[in-house]
Amino acid sequence: MMRAAVIQFPGSNCDRDMAVAIRDITGADTSLVWHRESVLPSGLDLIAIPGGFSYGDYLRSGAMAARSPVMQAVIAAAGRGVPVLGVCNGFQILTEAGLLPGALMRNAGIRFVCRTVGLTVENNQSMFTSGYSAGEKIHIPVAHHDGNFFADDATLDRLEGEGRVAFRYAEPVNGSARNIAGVLNDAGNVLGMMPHPERMIEAMQGGSDGRRLFEGLIREIA
Amino acid sequence: MKTRIFVTLKNGVLDPQGKAIHHAIEGLGFSGVHDVRAGRLIEIEHEPGLSKADLESMCTKLLANMVIENFEIEQA
Repeated sequence: MMRAAVIQFPGSNCDRDMAVAIRDITGADTSLVWHRESVLPSGLDLIAIPGGFSYGDYLRSGAMAARSPVMQAVIAAAGRGVPVLGVCNGFQILTEAGLLPGALMRNAGIRFVCRTVGLTVENNQSMFTSGYSAGEKIHIPVAHHDGNFFADDATLDRLEGEGRVAFRYAEPVNGSARNIAGVLNDAGNVLGMMPHPERMIEAMQGGSDGRRLFEGLIREIA
Repeated sequence: MKTRIFVTLKNGVLDPQGKAIHHAIEGLGFSGVHDVRAGRLIEIEHEPGLSKADLESMCTKLLANMVIENFEIEQA
C-alpha cells in the first residue's frame, strides 16, 4: 500500500484537507507528522507540505517552518527521490528550504486573493501533472497573500527551458513572474504550487480539476 | 551588546508594500516623495564575543532571503 505523510506546522490549516484528498483519491496510508519530528515514517511514497500560515508568517512566509526539524528529513527524502508536493504555504516553505528556486513575495496588488483561477498545464510529463493534457486549461482555487513568484531572469529562462514550469495562471493573479503558478525541481520529484488542488476534488466543491493531480500521481508512483 | 540588522529588498525587486506606503503618504497630502522601499530592522542582544561571521551566517541562513534581500550589519 502506498504511504503518504502530511507535515503539520503550527498555523497549518489545509493539513486535514490535504490528508483527506490523498487518502480518498490514492488510498494511501496517510499520516500527519508534527514539525518537531526529526524522523519521517519509513517507506514514504509521498510527502505533502500543506497550506496555511505556519508560524503566523513571521519573518517571511514559510521562513520559520523551513528551518524546523522535520524539514531536514524532508530535504533528505527529496534528495532520495521521494515525491514532495507543497501547496500554497507549502510552496513558500519549499522555496525557503531551498528545495525549489525563487521566492514568493507579497501579491503585487497588496491584497489577499481568494478565488478560483484559470491555470494552464504547461508540462504534463511530470509525475504530478501526468493526469492532465499539455496546454489544458483547468480551474483551481487560490487563497494567498504572498503568491507573487520571483526569480531572476536567468533562473526563469532556465525553468522554462527545462520544462519546470508546471502550471501558469491563465491571466495575472498576483504579479507572479511570467504568470508562474507552480514549479518543479530539477529532478522533477518536488512540485510547489500556489493553487489548492486538494480543494477541487469533487463536484460539491465546484469542480474536480485538482483530483487528477492526485490520480496522475498514484499512477506514477504505483 | 546590541547589533542592528537591516534587511532590505535587492534593487530591481518590486516592492508592493513600499508602493502602497508611498500612495498612502501622498494620500496624506505630502508631496515631493519619489519612492518608498520597505525593509525590516532586527535588533539582537548578544554576548560581546559573538563573531561577525556568526552574525552574517544568521543573516544568510535565516534573517534574509538571499534570493530577494540584502542585509547590513550595524554594530553599536
